[in-house]
Amino acid sequence: MSHDNTNAKLIYMANQIATFFKSQPQNEAAQGVATHINKYWEPRMRRKLFEHIDNGGEGLTPLVLEAAAKIKRPEAA
Amino acid sequence: MSLIHEIDYGTPASKSEKLVTLTIDGCEVTVPEGTSIMRAAMDAGIEVPKLCASDMMDAFGSCRLCLVEIKGRAGMPASCTTPVAAGIEVSTQTPRLKDVRRGVMELYISDHPLDCLTCAANGDCELQDMAGAVGLRDVRYGYEGENHVTARNNGEINAKWLPKDESNPYFTYDPAKCIVCSRCVRACEEVQGTFALTIGGRGFDSRVSAGMAEDFMSSECVSCGACVQACPTATLTEKSVIEIGQPEHSVVTTCAYCGVGCSFKAEMRGEELVRMVPWKDGQANRGHSCVKGRFAYGYSNHKDRILNPMIREKISDPWREVTWEEAYAHVASEFRRIQYQYGRDSVGGITSSRCTNEETYLVQKLVRAGFGNNNVDTCARVCHSPTGYGLGQAFGTSAGTQNFDSVEFTDVAVIIGANPTDGHPVFASRLKKRLREGAKLIVIDPRRTDIVRSPHIEASYHLPLQPGTNVAILTSMAHVIVTEGLADEKFIRERCDWSEYEDWAAFVAEPYHSPEATEAYTGVPAELVRGAARLYATGGNGAIYYGLGVTEHSQGSTTVMAIANLSMVTGNIGRPGVGVNPLRGQNNVQGSCDMGSFPHELPGYRHISDDATRETFEKLWGVEISNEPGLRIPNMLDAAVDGTFKGIYIQGEDILQSDPDTKHVAAGLAAMECVVVHDLFLNETANYAHVFLPGSTFLEKDGTFTNAERRINRVRKVMTPKNGYPDWEVTQKLAQAMGLNWNYRHPSEIMDEIAATTPSFALVSYDYLDKLGSVQWPCNEKHPEGSPIMHVDGFVRGKGKFIRTEYVATDERTGPRFPLLLTTGRILSQYNVGAQTRRTDNVVWHAEDRLEIHPHDAEQRGIRDGDWIRLASRAGETTLRSLITDRVAPGVVYTTFHHPTTQANVITTDFSDWATNCPEYKVTAVQVMPSNGPSDWQVDYDEQARQSRRISGKLEAAE
Ligand code: SF4
Ligand code: SF4
Ligand code: SF4
Ligand code: FES
Repeated sequence: MSHDNTNAKLIYMANQIATFFKSQPQNEAAQGVATHINKYWEPRMRRKLFEHIDNGGEGLTPLVLEAAAKIKRPEAA
Repeated sequence: MSLIHEIDYGTPASKSEKLVTLTIDGCEVTVPEGTSIMRAAMDAGIEVPKLCASDMMDAFGSCRLCLVEIKGRAGMPASCTTPVAAGIEVSTQTPRLKDVRRGVMELYISDHPLDCLTCAANGDCELQDMAGAVGLRDVRYGYEGENHVTARNNGEINAKWLPKDESNPYFTYDPAKCIVCSRCVRACEEVQGTFALTIGGRGFDSRVSAGMAEDFMSSECVSCGACVQACPTATLTEKSVIEIGQPEHSVVTTCAYCGVGCSFKAEMRGEELVRMVPWKDGQANRGHSCVKGRFAYGYSNHKDRILNPMIREKISDPWREVTWEEAYAHVASEFRRIQYQYGRDSVGGITSSRCTNEETYLVQKLVRAGFGNNNVDTCARVCHSPTGYGLGQAFGTSAGTQNFDSVEFTDVAVIIGANPTDGHPVFASRLKKRLREGAKLIVIDPRRTDIVRSPHIEASYHLPLQPGTNVAILTSMAHVIVTEGLADEKFIRERCDWSEYEDWAAFVAEPYHSPEATEAYTGVPAELVRGAARLYATGGNGAIYYGLGVTEHSQGSTTVMAIANLSMVTGNIGRPGVGVNPLRGQNNVQGSCDMGSFPHELPGYRHISDDATRETFEKLWGVEISNEPGLRIPNMLDAAVDGTFKGIYIQGEDILQSDPDTKHVAAGLAAMECVVVHDLFLNETANYAHVFLPGSTFLEKDGTFTNAERRINRVRKVMTPKNGYPDWEVTQKLAQAMGLNWNYRHPSEIMDEIAATTPSFALVSYDYLDKLGSVQWPCNEKHPEGSPIMHVDGFVRGKGKFIRTEYVATDERTGPRFPLLLTTGRILSQYNVGAQTRRTDNVVWHAEDRLEIHPHDAEQRGIRDGDWIRLASRAGETTLRSLITDRVAPGVVYTTFHHPTTQANVITTDFSDWATNCPEYKVTAVQVMPSNGPSDWQVDYDEQARQSRRISGKLEAAE
């Protein structure tokens, strides 16, 4: 399996999280996604997510992109 | 040390609060109303002779040995069936009673073999005891007359004599010794709830018979052993007792199989285990057990057990036995090398839900303090992580809310995605008992599980939903409750956040959540959903019990929240008889979660980013702890494939067999440079290991397990570890080799450290556990005796939180290529990946995994019962044999995953719960077709497994 595959997985996972929070009250949704990712994603995973977002974030749902500002950016490796 | 003799009070305790005073043999006794005279006498220390009575079941009154006289009353009533009355004066021993009792015993003995000296029950036979107690000195009748004792009578064949039934691997039935007291029959009915035994015939002809005069193996018997335990004679006897003899000492310990956590007396002769007898004071099981805990301990002596540490350079090499010191040094230097080369975060560990709390605590400590990262996870990831997340969000703590005793007060039990008769047998027995007393049952499961319809039990509702639609069904039930005005608003106003409730109520009230609307994709008729919702909301105390059928879905966490919502909206939380109860798979799933096995939290469910918590541990351990969450098991494997994760220490888990998408797991493991497996056997994961550290069984160590009701139970060592060291000591030596200064002399010191750092365990210590027997956390200043029921006066988080639960269809969908939905489960006699149970006689019940398929789907494909079939999903394919049954609906197929050759997880995909990555085991789109043999993968896999199990200098062990 390649790096692309892992990336695809992360995108899928982030979108899955966003799908849940999208159904929650509007004002909590983006913060919900960000808090969840901050709490449960290891820095490597967040780093990859940001790499992907910085490259345009293709495939990520709008709610993930909205939440990105609130997700903790890990220090560079 | 001596043998623990438990007092048998003859009849069950009365629950009445009203007290009654009477005199027995001149002593005044005060007991609850409804108590039998026999029990009252025993309370006063007077043992009335008895044969047919036992406090495990209701009195029957057939042996007539327990007669007493009551002043002013005529006749001699049986003390077991006669309740106490205020002021009566009872005599248990008078000349008349003595005569009658002797007469009764004489009759019994005249139809009983007199081979006491060579009988297996010698020393443990109530018939023998009673003959002694009543002073029986001679028997006037010989065997010349009618009897059941001799095969031939006066030269003729004796038609009344029956041969021994030795069909069950664990116990024998010798009808010649039976006194027809029917204790076994009643134990099977009342304690176990299986109704496998009957008394056939009448009068002198009456005989115990399994099923319709079958042998035990062919009958409905599930081999729980309750009848064996109940039998007062040698008629039903453990084969191990026949083989070894009577035990001489016993030690109380805890079953290492499932989350019920039954307490047992391990009855020993020296270091040899004679038998396991469920302990009546065990508060989870109250003297009952299942076939696994009572009988399936033989794996600890199995020839496959590895007793010496082993190392190899490459996984294609044969294993090389080394000393423990070499093994520790090797692991330490490899892990240091890897961290130097690839970074601190390139290694991690996995804790085990089968090991003790203390061992789990040490593994996470090794990772956090020794490896310097938070890459620790546990196999609870693949079963109950959504429980932790969902209940944590809703209630503020991630554990079941009740004790098992609570079921005795339940009026409506809801079972969702669990198969308790197979997965949690002793709890199932207790539940069935309550159902026979009249409680109602709702089952939500794609499959018609045994509990839906069994002797004297019929579910009021079975909702056979399409796999993957749990959230839709539960939200529909909430819709019915809210829109029909069945919500318990008083409870909600007092205990929950009202504005969150209003938001949620408006959400579930939307018409698209109505049962009529969801029927289209759940497949459950709307009327059933409405009926079930009304029953749960209005039927009295409603309790929800759920299992992996809830959690192992892409919406597992959402489903747990939906369950919490239902309990809150109906006010079914915070008292006996109600609540939300996850049925945990493995014995210490609860404990391993409590002990900080997850990469984002420290012991006691405190997030790793919390400075105060980290500081507690940093001070004690003298290290700095990273404030970032670590990798979860699936993330570790992804990172391994990516090349950033290179070494892992796995204690007591077999991720290659238990985790989904076997090929991906294999690829991840293969990409690592140092895989350390610490286990009893060369498990499937060990095929990819570079170091093998032999593990020890629960019989060989001290520690604690925490069961599904948060009960901390002691595990006590009864024999020396065959491999030399208990697992906690191995982890400690490993830590020392890595330069950590650990010096625990006994697991009790580890528990002391847990108590000192974790508020919910503050008062727990081995001394305290010895005193109380067991305790349910939280156990601290506020709850010194522990907490049988949680959220009594308020939720742990403050106000209960209602959370919207939108149904999202899983991406795993059927289509033309994969038109069927596969769901997976487990069965009674086997346990998880089966590494232990497969190495016991339990295989007689389940020699292989079978695929259950509906007759309609089978016919379409030209499959007959028992045919080899190919089972394929987009992840892979395997072969196994079919089992045609209408337990599963058309379109759904089902299998277990107990045998490595089946490789059911080659089929499962890598979809997982959105919140916790708990794999979606319960839904996989598959195709099924006839086949004529093992798949290529199975053949390759077998060959690779065989190769990788080679040990140099040893002949290959035949499987
Ligand atoms: S072993 Fe259990 S199920 Fe079997 S007959 Fe005895 S009590 Fe019944
Ligand atoms: S088998 Fe044992 S328990 Fe059952 S009726 Fe005979 S003596 Fe009693
Ligand atoms: S497997 Fe479970 S139910 Fe059976 S004896 Fe062990 S703890 Fe009890
Ligand atoms: S013990 Fe009372 S009748 Fe048998």
